[in-house]
Amino acid sequence: MPSPFILDRSSVTQVMAWVLAALLPGILVYVWLFGPGILVTLALATVTALAAEAAMLKARGYPAKPFLLDLSAIVTAWLLALSLPSLAPWWLIVTGTLFAIVVAKHLYGGLGQNIFNPAMVGYAVLIVSFPVQMTQWAGPLELTATPLTLAQSASVIFGGDVPKATLDAVTMATPLDALRTGLLQQLTVDEIMTHSIFGHYGGVGFEWLAGAFLLGGLVLWALRIISWQVPLAFLAGVWLAAGFLHFFDAGRFGAPWFHLFAPSVMLGAFFIATDPVSGATTPRGKLIFGFGAGLLTIIIRTWGGYPDGVAFAILLMNLCVPLIDQFTQPRVYGETKKAPPA
Amino acid sequence: MSRELFKFKGGVHPPEHKAESNTRPIHAAPLPKKLVIPLRQHIGSPAKPMVNVGDRVLKGQMIGAADGYISAAVHASSSGIVSAIGPAVVPHVSGLPDDCITIETDGRDEWIVHAPIDYRAMEPADLRMRLRDMGLAGLGGAVFPSAVKLDPGATHPCPTLILNGGECEPWITCDDVLMRHHADEILEGVAVMRHLLGSTEILVGIEDNKPEAIAAMQAAAQKMDFAIEVVAVPARYPGGGAKQMIQVLTGKEVPSGKLSTDIGIQVFNVGTAHALARAVHHGEPLISRLVTVTGHVLRPQNFEVLIGTPMHTLITLAGDRDGTTGVLMGGPMMGMPMPDLEVPVVKATNCILVKSNDLFPPLPKALPCIRCTRCADACPAELQPQELFRFAKAGDFGRAQEYHLFDCIECGCCSYVCPSHIPLVDFYRYAKSEIWAREKEKRAADLARERHEFRQFRLEREKKEKAEKLAAKAQAKRAELAAAPATAGAPDVDAKKALIAAALARAQAKKAEVAPKNVDHLPPDTQREIEEIEARRAKIRELAHQPLESEEKKP
Ligand code: SF4
Ligand code: SF4
Repeated sequence: MPSPFILDRSSVTQVMAWVLAALLPGILVYVWLFGPGILVTLALATVTALAAEAAMLKARGYPAKPFLLDLSAIVTAWLLALSLPSLAPWWLIVTGTLFAIVVAKHLYGGLGQNIFNPAMVGYAVLIVSFPVQMTQWAGPLELTATPLTLAQSASVIFGGDVPKATLDAVTMATPLDALRTGLLQQLTVDEIMTHSIFGHYGGVGFEWLAGAFLLGGLVLWALRIISWQVPLAFLAGVWLAAGFLHFFDAGRFGAPWFHLFAPSVMLGAFFIATDPVSGATTPRGKLIFGFGAGLLTIIIRTWGGYPDGVAFAILLMNLCVPLIDQFTQPRVYGETKKAPPA
Repeated sequence: MSRELFKFKGGVHPPEHKAESNTRPIHAAPLPKKLVIPLRQHIGSPAKPMVNVGDRVLKGQMIGAADGYISAAVHASSSGIVSAIGPAVVPHVSGLPDDCITIETDGRDEWIVHAPIDYRAMEPADLRMRLRDMGLAGLGGAVFPSAVKLDPGATHPCPTLILNGGECEPWITCDDVLMRHHADEILEGVAVMRHLLGSTEILVGIEDNKPEAIAAMQAAAQKMDFAIEVVAVPARYPGGGAKQMIQVLTGKEVPSGKLSTDIGIQVFNVGTAHALARAVHHGEPLISRLVTVTGHVLRPQNFEVLIGTPMHTLITLAGDRDGTTGVLMGGPMMGMPMPDLEVPVVKATNCILVKSNDLFPPLPKALPCIRCTRCADACPAELQPQELFRFAKAGDFGRAQEYHLFDCIECGCCSYVCPSHIPLVDFYRYAKSEIWAREKEKRAADLARERHEFRQFRLEREKKEKAEKLAAKAQAKRAELAAAPATAGAPDVDAKKALIAAALARAQAKKAEVAPKNVDHLPPDTQREIEEIEARRAKIRELAHQPLESEEKKP
């Protein structure tokens, strides 16, 4: 047995448990503002992820218990569930989760080996394959007359018989979608923003959700579960890119605050881009990684084919990680000159 | 106390566990029946035995002479009869036996004639030889021969002398207790060091979790006739590491691959200063030291122990208990497990830490690295441990070296914080030993190749010379015929010389190319470290070749 003989009390399980705990404020706000449907989505994704994880571990010949207990599969499931539209059909949730766990995680070698963030791979696959279903969002309760109950939401998700009128009454475009569609119709940002779904910063309801994610993220930040570099750089990237565009043409480009408080940015900055496995490891590398992801988010939102760019931005930056790490190796103790990039 | 302090990067705060052992007074451990004195207790060449089986030796008598410059003598810790000379178990991770001199003590504890040394009247070089012959070596754990460290050398003035009372490892309190009770003597040792090194600034660094020691040292410093600054430094592991202590006190970094003397600083452990004072003022060689016996024992405390005393006698003395799960020499962060409790206390033994499942629960199984970089945040050498781990595990030792593997001080901070519980340090030891082994093989191969190349070169040269001779002859003939003076010879010789020089240069360049980057010009203690690592190589290699436990496939 080698030294050291004592360990700090940290563990992977503990790290993942904190991440899950930090998502709770966001989930609560979600339920409060958009109805309980998200709980069904979360549960379904969790069960699917655990089953897939167990099956993959068995297939690859690993012991199931330590890896199931590390909670990483649940984190992936929750992040994916929170990125999906709140009324996504069950098969969409299951497909995305399976893809995340089976392909993005285990086929790349399991915990610690995946190059891409599994949740974002799942999301990307879905939005590319099923763009229509990926927009089935329930509108904020504030704006819907008859919100869905838990049973009704479950029924929608599992493809049960829900009167179309009920469904139409609750689904709504997300603010990002609305902005996009509006711009395509040659409206100016100011005109679009008069629509009732837009709130002070983001969209009605959505800005609260973003705030709740921000809160959870700050807790992780304070506990040093996540590094400070990635979220800060991510938000800075979004803000600067959006601000730059908005400054030059406020009529065609959304305000930076709007972009920050569309909830996927907060979720992405604090919970997804900070995934250590698929992120950069050096201090400067983390800054570059976060900033790049923020920048790409706005670029994709503005010029890309999809309303939101967080997932693709993070995946693109995942791709650059080996390069970033290699060229940002910090100086070590006692080193007199700069480290040559290896 | 207004000194500006600096910070070293990284570090951790493991529970200190100092209070268990630092409140009891120092007890002299009784004379054991048998003393086992290893010939290799220091860095450098082992001492050469000077006695034969059956000889009677006196306490303090030199029984093994220093062999070479980097070496130190060993002495009989008490009087008795030499009963064996040869391999015996020693405190070493490898568990391999090493040459020792065993003495059956006669209970009379009869001293050899010894007298104080008038160090001021001696030539520095002679004084250093004396100290080497008195077996002085660093008592902080590294056991580097003190005489060598006290030689400033012609080119290295050493204006700053740092006395290290950091003692950052949990559980260990021997330096703390020594400073509390023997502050005056420690500083007398410092006076000798100052004399030899010509230092103008004397700093004593003590972690601020030892207020009694700080007070005692400050009081003692008042009485000295030169300025000594006793500085409380923040307690943070590994703040007692020499490089970290230097950084905290002076803000300077020891350049990679260099010694602290290259930046005008020398560091000694407080125990070494104390031993030096005993040697100079009493003529006593290094035959005993303070040892903390703590952990899972009834009465954790510090003992004054004769070198060579079997460890189990000390554990019995401190009160052994049921449920012992192993014994470490040193602290929990860098200590090593003892293969056998017959092993003797040596100059490096600062602590005997008895483990139990309560105090030291078995380490949980390792999971894969999740690249969380907590290890990097904790690394005082500012390395990227997760990358080193990746390369070491993959056997990519070249990359590991490029990522400064040899700057790792094996402090264990990275393993301590790793949420995946990966025994990181072990992988580094493994990688270092592999690199060292390969380097050795490569040197041998280089030599062979160089010889071969030279032979080729010689054959070619001979051929060429022959051709040239023939050509010259022919030319001479032609010249004769033309009746012109033959001047072609001289430039020819020059060309040949240039050719030889170029070939040699090429061979040399090639050699430089293949030598791994940072294993050349290693400081002697690193050399020794590597040697030591080599000894445990077989064992570690086995370990590192095993997959992480959790990666093991189910049968
Ligand atoms: S602390 Fe452990 S899990 Fe985290 S990066 Fe370092 S080696 Fe990997
Ligand atoms: S053992 Fe080496 S790599 Fe680990 S923290 Fe210490 S110096 Fe850094």
